Amino acid sequence: MLSIRNLSATIDGKTILNGLSLELPAGEVHAIMGPNGAGKSTLSYVLTGRDGYEVTGGSVTLNGEDLLALKPSERAARGVFLSFQYPTEIPGVPALTFLRTALNAQHRARGEPEIAAPAFLKLVREQAAALKIDFEMLRRALNVGFSGGEKKRMEILQMAVLSPKLAILDETDSGLDIDALRIVAEGVNAMRSPARSTLVITHYQRLLDYIVPDRVHVLVGGRIVASGGPELAHELEREGYDKYAAVAA
Amino acid sequence: MSLAQGLLAEDLAELPSRRAEDWRWTDLRGLIRQPLPVSRQLGETVQSGGPFAALGADEFVIANGRLNWWPADDLSGGLKFFQHQAPDASRLAERLPMARLAASHAGGPAANILEFGAGTPVALVRFVSRAETTAHHARLGVVVKSGARATLLESYEGAGGDYVSNVLLEIFLEAGARLERIVLLDDVASGVSVSTAEVFLAPEAAYAQTVLAGGAKRQRIETRLAHPGGGASVRLDGVYLLNEQRQADITTVVTHEGVDGATDQLTKGVVTDQARGVFQGRIVVQPGADRTDARMGHHALILSDRAEVDAKPELEIFADDVACAHGNTVGALDEEALFYAEQRGIPEADARAMLTEAFVGEVVDRIAHEGAREVVRAWVAGRLGGQG
Repeated sequence: MLSIRNLSATIDGKTILNGLSLELPAGEVHAIMGPNGAGKSTLSYVLTGRDGYEVTGGSVTLNGEDLLALKPSERAARGVFLSFQYPTEIPGVPALTFLRTALNAQHRARGEPEIAAPAFLKLVREQAAALKIDFEMLRRALNVGFSGGEKKRMEILQMAVLSPKLAILDETDSGLDIDALRIVAEGVNAMRSPARSTLVITHYQRLLDYIVPDRVHVLVGGRIVASGGPELAHELEREGYDKYAAVAA
Repeated sequence: MSLAQGLLAEDLAELPSRRAEDWRWTDLRGLIRQPLPVSRQLGETVQSGGPFAALGADEFVIANGRLNWWPADDLSGGLKFFQHQAPDASRLAERLPMARLAASHAGGPAANILEFGAGTPVALVRFVSRAETTAHHARLGVVVKSGARATLLESYEGAGGDYVSNVLLEIFLEAGARLERIVLLDDVASGVSVSTAEVFLAPEAAYAQTVLAGGAKRQRIETRLAHPGGGASVRLDGVYLLNEQRQADITTVVTHEGVDGATDQLTKGVVTDQARGVFQGRIVVQPGADRTDARMGHHALILSDRAEVDAKPELEIFADDVACAHGNTVGALDEEALFYAEQRGIPEADARAMLTEAFVGEVVDRIAHEGAREVVRAWVAGRLGGQG
């Protein structure tokens, strides 16, 4: 599914990713943990094609296709979805309108028929109910005036509607209270499927009690310095990242 | 009635120049260096149409400065149209040089008056320019009677080129009258188009205006409003969408003269290529106009390095217990919002169009007349689509 080989990237000439390699097979959930400044968010932005991040080496393929050659919207149409750490406000565009525009843009890019309004509304209503999102909120401008928890639930709603092949969750737990965390995690777990791969980027192990990963990778100094099973997350929670700092240096 | 005049040699020195503070960004004297003959009188009747045609309102056409068509015997209920001795225009000379020219050159001592009576009358007034290197002036009086809830749809439709179109409207709202005025300007790129409205409100009247400017070589839409306070309310909105080398100048002056007046202003602009947008908004609160509540917002998006926006919001307050606020922002499209939309699968060009349309949409949403609002929404979408 996702194959990252020896990836290096810079921002303003400063190296952030430094030879990162990672294999994420179809149907699996992998967690990436690391201290602040390790390059976690940079990885999510490089994978999705944000401006300002220069890839200086290595490759990223999704099902064999060179992801780095594609524009952000083309990557989205291939099934790449990022749940943002800080979801952006979109003034003047109701959440429903935004989501339908996005879904139909993806359908068009893939040569699929556009989804009709009634089918779309039915789909959104079901997913919103599962995530305990008040449907009326979807008539408001996306993320404008939403609380931190509402924004994160809205990210998962978009993920559910867009049904990506590769979901990247960037610090989805930050700013969530325990109830919201559980709802969001249930939403993510409900989407686990053999056809979907998920990359959970997090600073703390807490989220991984709810979304149990198949593999955990430790990202320090711009590359993966250790990998293991779910128990690795607990070890990191107990012992911190210090012992890996020496490895990365 | 062939008293209509173009621009005479002696007029050239009267044209406002950049030395006049209110005209510093729309210098007509530097631009127009030669006298211009008066635009020809059209031999034909202008076909029914214009941007608001689908709304089916009674249509009044003023073409090249002359009354071209009106529904003489077939006016809808609540509307009257007649000629009347024009108000003395000497008051205009100092402050409004172009309005004075319109008053003196539009031809004849009688002015056309459009009157809105009881009910919810709607009228469509089309100022049509079909001219090449000529000038024309027009003057129209608008009276809104007590109890009327009127809508004035006003379009400027240009064809040809290098013309000067100069229009003066004098708008009177009686006590308790309500008028929504929606002005859509589609001039040609080489045209010069000036439209000045003087608005007089009686207490308890409500005046709402939305100006939509597509720009021209110079396009100036000025509104001067005397606010009596006393429960009268005013909304003055604007949108300018400019590309290529077009310029538009939305200027408003609101003078609060009595207690308890409210004014709400919101203007948004989008400029690209080498276009230039101008917003000048002045709110004056005169001594004694206590408890005035006035707010003014102007926000512009600049989508290219060579486009420009000049903004001058001014509040002059000489009264007590006044709530006045203004906000003014000029910047680029939010790159974070753009990336967010692209990440969701919306191609960059579509994402830009969606975000810009939403930016302008806040003004469009404030239009009360539903049909006009949808016409305007489509006009905005068409313009922004064309700006790619």
